[in-house]
This record gives sequence, C-alpha cells and structure tokens, in this order.
Amino acid sequence: MPEFARRAWAVLWKDLVVERRAKEGANALGFFAILLLFLFYLALGPDRERIQSALAGLFWLAFLLAGVLGLGRSFALERENDCLDALVLAPGDKGGLYLGKVAGTTALMLGMEVVFIVATGLLYNLDLWAAVPRLLVVAFFGTVGFAAVGTLFAAMTAQLRAREVLLPVFLLPLVVPVLLAAVRLTEAALAGEPWSGAAAWWQLLVGFDVVFVVAGMLTFEFVLEA
Amino acid sequence: MGRALGPLSALLVLAGIAAAFGYAPRDAIQGNVQRIMYLHVPAILTAYVAIGVVLVASIAYLWSRRPDWDRTAAAAGELAVCFIALTLVTGSIWGKPTWGTWWTWDARLTSTALLFVIYLGYLLLRSVVDDPERGATYAAVLGIVGALDVPIIHFSVQWWRTLHQPATVLRPQAPTMDGAMLVALVLNVAAFVCLFAYLAARRYRLLTLEAQATARAWQ
Repeated sequence: MPEFARRAWAVLWKDLVVERRAKEGANALGFFAILLLFLFYLALGPDRERIQSALAGLFWLAFLLAGVLGLGRSFALERENDCLDALVLAPGDKGGLYLGKVAGTTALMLGMEVVFIVATGLLYNLDLWAAVPRLLVVAFFGTVGFAAVGTLFAAMTAQLRAREVLLPVFLLPLVVPVLLAAVRLTEAALAGEPWSGAAAWWQLLVGFDVVFVVAGMLTFEFVLEA
Repeated sequence: MGRALGPLSALLVLAGIAAAFGYAPRDAIQGNVQRIMYLHVPAILTAYVAIGVVLVASIAYLWSRRPDWDRTAAAAGELAVCFIALTLVTGSIWGKPTWGTWWTWDARLTSTALLFVIYLGYLLLRSVVDDPERGATYAAVLGIVGALDVPIIHFSVQWWRTLHQPATVLRPQAPTMDGAMLVALVLNVAAFVCLFAYLAARRYRLLTLEAQATARAWQ
C-alpha cells in the first residue's frame, strides 16, 4: 500500500476502533437521529401527506444537524487526549491524515443515516424500501462533501473556546450546495425517477466532493500546525 | 500611491453620481428607480473583486507566511462584507417598488445572502482566535474554501430557482443597454473599484501600525 493510503487507513482504523470500543459516538448519533424523527413528526403533525412531501428535506436537515455533532465529537476525541499533537508530529504529508478523518466521519454519519432512513420507514409507515439503495448512494456522496468541508472546520474550531457554536456557523453556509443537490437527488430517488433527469445535480454534487476533498488535503496541514 | 487614490476615488465617485443622475437617461419602463443600478451593480462587482483579493492573498499567505499578505486579506475581507451589504440594501430598496417586495428567495438574492453570511463568518473567525498567527492561518483557509464555494453556490442556487433579470453587461453577447447608461455604469464601476483600492490601502496601513504598536508594547 502506498505511504499515503497507509496513513489514511491508520487514522480511519484508529477512529473505528475507538468507536467500536466506546460506542459513544454511534450510539449518541443514532439516538439523536431517532429523536429528530419524533420532533419532526410532532412539529409537522400526523398528516402523512405533509411528511411525505417534505421527506427529502427532513432527511438532509437531520443528516446535517447530526453531522455537525458527529464532527464536533470526532475532534473532541483528538483534543481531549492530546491526540492532535501526535497527528501534528506524524512525519510526512498530512493529506493522508485528512482523508482518514473524512472517511471516519463519513462512516459514522452513514451508519446514522441508515438508522434514520430505516426508522423513518418504520415509524412514519412509509414504503420507501425500494428506494433504499439509491438513497444510500445519494447519502454517500452528500456525506462525503459535508465531511470534506466539515473536517477542515472541525479541526479549526476544536482549538477555540466557543467551538460548539462556531462550527455550524462556518460550516452550514458553505455546504448549501450539498444540501440543494442532495435534497433534489433524494427526491428523485424517493419518487423512483431515473437519474438522467437530475444529471446536472449529480455533476454538481460530485464536483463539490472532488473540489473540497482536494482543497482539504492541501490545506489540512496548515490547520493542524497552526 | 495610497494617497493619490483618495482624491481620485472622490473625483470618480462624484463623476459617477453626476453621470448616473445627469447624463444617463431615465429608464423607459422603470423610471428613476432604475438609477439605483448605478450603485447596485458596481457594488457587487467590487465585492467580487474583494473576494478575489482575499483568495489570492490567502494563498500567498499560506505560501510565504508573510503577515503583510494576511493584512491584505483582512482588509479586503472587511470590504467584501461592506460591498455585499451595500448590494443587498440597494437591491432591497429597488425591489420594493419594482417587484413589490423587500425580499424574495430568488436565486441571485439567495446566493448573495449566502456570500454575505460566509464572509461575515470570515470576519467572525478572525475575531475569535486569540493567537494572531493561528488566526491568520485559519482565516486564509476559510478565504480559500469560501472563494472556491462562490461559483458552486452560484450555480446550485441558480438551478434551484430564478426570477432575477439575467445579467445585461457580463454575458457572452453584446450588452443590451443604452450607450449613455453603459457609460454611466462603467464610470461607477471604476469609481467603486478605485474606492475599494483606497479603503483597502488605508485599512492595510492601519493594521500594519496596530501590529507595530503591539510589537513595541511587548518589548
């Protein structure tokens, strides 16, 4: 394995092992996602039509809100045990470390998103099972874009005092393109429309992922060492 | 050079105002309300210039670690927020009599509002980091990421919905505008860019003096 991939894998593996042993992040995020389902249901009322028409937006609101929490936790872990210092001291290119953190956050969020989608189907009594594979594809690309920008800013705000407030303030306006594209593609997936009708949104979403993963790899070093 | 820019901007702004009110004809359909365009369009174009300066200065700072690039980015970032705010306010004032509403979730309004929030966040980030070097680095990263996001936000919001009149000057074909109006507009754009350069130079100077005073206080 090239040095670069080995580095990324080491960080991802570390995050996964920590998660498997402590189970704090996954449990809390899954619970939070289900809690959000309750809140959405209570806020919108029992009308099924209404929930169904807003479903794509609700999915991504939940993913973004839970994602902000997940990102904050991912770097709280690094800060508490002074792991950040170890990451800074790791020799060589920091792009691999960044990819590892992005992959870790993506994995954690995808787990939460699966729970959320399944719980939505069960609790709201919606027949969305046929759309699940396509929903997961959209969820993956949307989550990568979110995690790419989010990891950069979570690493920054982890060092600041008002980090809980600052992370969403910097992050959410920047990921609006992800929200717009992912909601549109989720709507298409739920309605069973072919992807060809939303080709432009796919280009936008994948383009966003590529641009910001590359930008993150190039700038993460500066953030870590500042 | 900074000194010469002051009188030059004052002259150009005065000439711009005179041209907008005296030289350019009344709009056939919108009437005098249309004249707010001579403020609105130069403001957003200047904001884009400012965002470009933030991008270039941010990359240069990360590359060279020289604080003068950080000050350049800081000065341009503040002015970007000012000019975006001016765009939003003049747009609102124009929108009320023309569209009948102060605000609508049209594509351009939405993406401009997002720009405003992002660069307001940029100023916030600068103010919340205590360590100046760390603050400069973080701000540079946000300056780069924010500028990369500008075209993506533009297109995503454009596809999401639009109602705004299409651009009349910056577009592939020849502008569809009366010659006198175009002259007044170009004059105002020149005045705003010059004003931006002047204000940025003054702000840069102030930031340099502040840094020197801090350094002296520590000695």
